[in-house]
Amino acid sequence: MNANRWIRWVWPAVPIAGALVVTSLLLFFFGAAPLEAFQAMYDGAFGDQAKTLSVLAFWVPLLLAGTGLLVTFKAGLWNIGIEGQIVMGAIAASWVALRMEAPSAVLITVEILAAMLAGALWAALSAVLKTRGNVHEIFSGLALNSIAIIFTNYLISGPWQPPEGGTFRGTAPFQPGALLPLYENSRFSPLSLLLAAIAFTLVVIALRGTFWGLKLKAIGQNLRSAFLLGVSSEREMILAMMLCGALAGLGGAVRTLSWFDSLRQSISGGIGFMALLVVMLANYRMFLVPPIALFFSAVLSGSITLQLRTQLHSSLGGILTELMVLFVLLFGDWKKLGVFRKKDDDG
Amino acid sequence: MDSSPLVLTLASIILASTPLIIAVCGEILTERSGIVNLSLDGTMLMSAMTGFVVAFETDNVWLGFLGAMGVGAFFAFIVAFGSIRLRQSQFAIGFVLTLLGDDLSAFLGQNYTRIPGPVVQHYAIPILKDIPIIGPIFFNQNVIVYFAYILVFVTWFWLFRTQPGLRLRSAGDRPEAGFARGVGINFQRYLYTIIGGGLVGVAGASYSLNIKIGWAEGLTRGFGWIALAIVIFGGWSPIRGMFGALLFGATKALATYLQRTFPEVSVVAFNAIPWVLMILVLLLVGSDFTERVITVAPKSLRRPLQRFLKISPPQALGSTFVED
Repeated sequence: MNANRWIRWVWPAVPIAGALVVTSLLLFFFGAAPLEAFQAMYDGAFGDQAKTLSVLAFWVPLLLAGTGLLVTFKAGLWNIGIEGQIVMGAIAASWVALRMEAPSAVLITVEILAAMLAGALWAALSAVLKTRGNVHEIFSGLALNSIAIIFTNYLISGPWQPPEGGTFRGTAPFQPGALLPLYENSRFSPLSLLLAAIAFTLVVIALRGTFWGLKLKAIGQNLRSAFLLGVSSEREMILAMMLCGALAGLGGAVRTLSWFDSLRQSISGGIGFMALLVVMLANYRMFLVPPIALFFSAVLSGSITLQLRTQLHSSLGGILTELMVLFVLLFGDWKKLGVFRKKDDDG
Repeated sequence: MDSSPLVLTLASIILASTPLIIAVCGEILTERSGIVNLSLDGTMLMSAMTGFVVAFETDNVWLGFLGAMGVGAFFAFIVAFGSIRLRQSQFAIGFVLTLLGDDLSAFLGQNYTRIPGPVVQHYAIPILKDIPIIGPIFFNQNVIVYFAYILVFVTWFWLFRTQPGLRLRSAGDRPEAGFARGVGINFQRYLYTIIGGGLVGVAGASYSLNIKIGWAEGLTRGFGWIALAIVIFGGWSPIRGMFGALLFGATKALATYLQRTFPEVSVVAFNAIPWVLMILVLLLVGSDFTERVITVAPKSLRRPLQRFLKISPPQALGSTFVED
């Protein structure tokens, strides 16, 4: 009847299905039954309460980072440096946890504020390098990511090494009062989820309902005309980066204060890059970010169980999510494919 | 004196910079035609893995390079197809491919990690190798090193001294003008993105078959990004790019040297040197600092300084062109 409308409804599933098919072929090629493998991943994510809580615990910092990236993408900025902003947040939170003594509530508040400040400043560095030094944020961000990670390794193996000797793995565990209150025996902190929900809501309001959000959009869509209209692009860009950095820093604090109990070598675990994928898959639509982030978190947690059961490398989870994003980018908009272009003209 | 520590260090810098030089030449060809292939880091990992696996299975290093070249060209094709045909963001596709290449290489290469395999043979060039100092540094290497230096010259010559090079640059600089003169802009872009990707593949394989011999997860992680930065630093010129790659090779050697000399300073801190340098160098070429230097320089020096310092990217870099 109306082929166009029908395709429009079904099409979004096609790239996703394509990613599943390619991943299945990979599994098949390595001698694993795809269905069993996906079952293992599902069990690994939602098999019992502990696993589900672990998915939630991984979800919160990913959601925070994704929320921050909504702001920078809106301003047309590629904040690849988010990884480093997470790490700097974790470092700042660890510094407070290691060096300050106070009642738990005060300590946690100071840790979170310090983490947000550190993330914001690290992001501001990238922003100022762009606006004043003409250095593209992708490159300053990458360099700052590496520097932040090297700084972590320096702290772990040097000044902050545990008393029993430097192991390169992490600092000594923090005092119990410095850690976020956890749900039962999990690594999930309800407080962190509350903070992430507040952050997400505020960002949605800021982007949708304020003049500032409109200015960011103007900058993101056409820098030159925004400038001609009198929008101070430099200030807005720096602010957008700093807001994203603050949320990323908060994510880093959540990582170090609830997922771990100390500063670790791979404190971010690639959450920043993953958050970039989440926002890209959401096609910059805000309300898709939380569910997609949850899905990614489940896939990543599941692939660890997959590795335990089948001895296959856990990078399979990453491959699945990355293929989804790639296929949606390439084939998500069926009109652009041109296959049906003729029909389009008729209708 | 031929095997003095300094000569050996310089020779090792040359060797270590080789893959970067090859990748930089490839990406310069791509970007000069108007496309940014941001996927370099993932492409290099995939091709390093492919190169090693193919060479290991066939016991032939050159087949390994061929396979790596194919993988690099395929990744580049995805970027070109996505941006030209499907008009999607080159940055987005390149970034996803970066991460995908990283994970895919870890997965596909999981049964080949940390095992010995074939290596590119050392080949000292007769006569030239006996020149004092220069000989052992430049001519006592292997074929891939010589290939890299020939490639720099060929790329430069092709870009700036030939007709096809002019067509290639027109695609990146003035696509409308080129198209009006009968240049198939999108054909040029496809062609040089794929050739550039193939060269990046060779660069990746020269890590696993030449420098860091063997395959391990994340073997070349970071080098692709450094190569992308060097392209900017090199002002999209192969010869300047070569010096950029050598400079980064030298800072790596410097970091190793400092670690040995100052063991009391925590060793890891020195690893930050190349990254700090990357920011400083991009800042130097990007900010108006260079302009100011040029205006205060003596008049007779201004023109050569301007030619040396001034950097402008291909004008149509990253934009799409509709052939109508």
